[in-house]
Amino acid sequence: MAKFYLDFEKEIVELEEKINKKRDKLSSDDEKEKEELKILENELDVLIEEVYSNLTTWQRVQLARHHNRPYTLDYVSRITDNFIELHGDRLYADDTSIVVGLALIGSKSMVLIGHQKGRDTKSNIYRNFGMTNPEGYRKALRLMKLGAKFKKPIITLIDTPGAFPGKGSEERCVAEAIARNLYEMALLRVPIVCIITGEGGSGGALGIGIGDRVLMLENSIYSVISPEGCASIIFRDVNKAPLAAESLKITSYELLELGLIDDVIPEPLGGAHREVDKMAEILKNRILKEVEELEKIEPEILIEKRIKKFGNMGFWEE
Amino acid sequence: MSWFKRSNDGLLTKERRDFPKGLWVKCEGCGGILYIKELKRNFNVCIKCNYHLKMGCDDYVNMLVDDGSFIQTDANMRSIDFLNFKGKEKYSEKLVNTIKKVNLNEAIKTGIGLISGYKVVIGVMDFSFIGGSMGSVVGEKVKRSIERAMSEHIPLIIVSASGGARMMEGLASLMQMAKTSIKLAEFSRDGGLYISILTNPTTAGVMASYAMLGDIIIAEPEALIGFAGPRVIKQTIGEKLPEGFQSSEFVLEHGFVDMIVNRKEMKEKLTEILDFFIGGHNRVKR
Repeated sequence: MAKFYLDFEKEIVELEEKINKKRDKLSSDDEKEKEELKILENELDVLIEEVYSNLTTWQRVQLARHHNRPYTLDYVSRITDNFIELHGDRLYADDTSIVVGLALIGSKSMVLIGHQKGRDTKSNIYRNFGMTNPEGYRKALRLMKLGAKFKKPIITLIDTPGAFPGKGSEERCVAEAIARNLYEMALLRVPIVCIITGEGGSGGALGIGIGDRVLMLENSIYSVISPEGCASIIFRDVNKAPLAAESLKITSYELLELGLIDDVIPEPLGGAHREVDKMAEILKNRILKEVEELEKIEPEILIEKRIKKFGNMGFWEE
Repeated sequence: MSWFKRSNDGLLTKERRDFPKGLWVKCEGCGGILYIKELKRNFNVCIKCNYHLKMGCDDYVNMLVDDGSFIQTDANMRSIDFLNFKGKEKYSEKLVNTIKKVNLNEAIKTGIGLISGYKVVIGVMDFSFIGGSMGSVVGEKVKRSIERAMSEHIPLIIVSASGGARMMEGLASLMQMAKTSIKLAEFSRDGGLYISILTNPTTAGVMASYAMLGDIIIAEPEALIGFAGPRVIKQTIGEKLPEGFQSSEFVLEHGFVDMIVNRKEMKEKLTEILDFFIGGHNRVKR
């Protein structure tokens, strides 16, 4: 992966480089050098612990959008034994910002759907920066219905800045596509597990986000509006985005406390991008555990619980 | 550099006075000056150009239901600032001020009434309440309306006017999209009839949930109907948007609403639709 780090990761990356250089030069019989290396490694552990255990809201936003953060296909290659990608909504086009397919996860067949961002300019243009057009939601719905027909659980991995605000997107009515998904997902007779892996950007995220379990990776965010968008409306100043992010309460533990998600999935220390294999393993185990539990529940009861869960969300007085 | 420069600063321009306040209003469509009393008699539709000006929820309810038949439900439900949201103005203060200013408790009024003798559950949104934004109260009132329609086996009619989700309630406001849509799915499975009416503007979170989920979707003419804000789209694609983009006529042309109906004919059209689905013999004789 390309070298990329955030401001607050700089010290860590520098120390890591120093250690790597030292290790390369290390001769096997130099005890003093070995001792020094060990001290540096300990220093690194302490530093990582220090930096990542006290993250501010804005630092978590940055982690959720981290350039090296694993995306759907990074997980697919690690958690599936086989993945047959399917394409198109059978109505208009194939939306490459959303990947759908038939997945074999731990010898279980599941339908897997996930947003996909790119990592460089070219792939980002191809993936439309993970911003989905109507056909992406309609492709996802087609797969979900297929899953329901053959009693396959549905897994969605959510990571999008939002639905794509474009001309064609309005012409083909992205609002209808999102609304339709919420409506149809309500009554699907199979377990649905939704996991926010990075950015849960508003309606664009919710469009594949109705699940019996809605889980968030520790450093992911889920919000009704981007902090930048909120800041420019409320404060007329995009630079106040960190403040807006705090006001909006968009981090995993805050949303768990509000009862708007079901659980938080811990990430390896330093964030998913530092140990992708480990993150993928945690994710896989969690998916298998949730699916196993949900499959024990009768479809009618599953749906009833789903309706009740979302039906009870909100805060008011009367 | 400009050709003419004001030589001394601090000159105050007199306040522009187009017309006396309170009696007249300017049409957003043709710019014509309209006499408010006359405009009200015409259901807030411009007499000159047929532009549909925004209409408060009370007037809209009165226009649709049979005289004296409306019974409001959940009238005292109020929003709370559960996030302690920090903006320029505190959300809690904004709520208090808005309630006082527009004399409504929330951005939607719900209840049960008769439309040409047909008993229906009706909800009408009001743009004057924080841009008709959907927070927990709007979501919950819509949910209860759906439940009421379901338990009484009567049709549901919702008139939308909204700028989208209410961000001061954070993710909970987004979840109102989920809540209302899921409940509508249940209602539909149960055989319920839902008619959605879109007025100016119906956008974002409300459009991407209950507004677009009607068995029948009716739009008022020339309303702004869209998901993303026109300014955001313009920024994204870097070009001017065509005339009439995201209008009622635009969504009709692209196949996403059933019809455009003038406000003055709305009740009549609803009656025809109810006649079809329910049948004249089920009308309550009054």
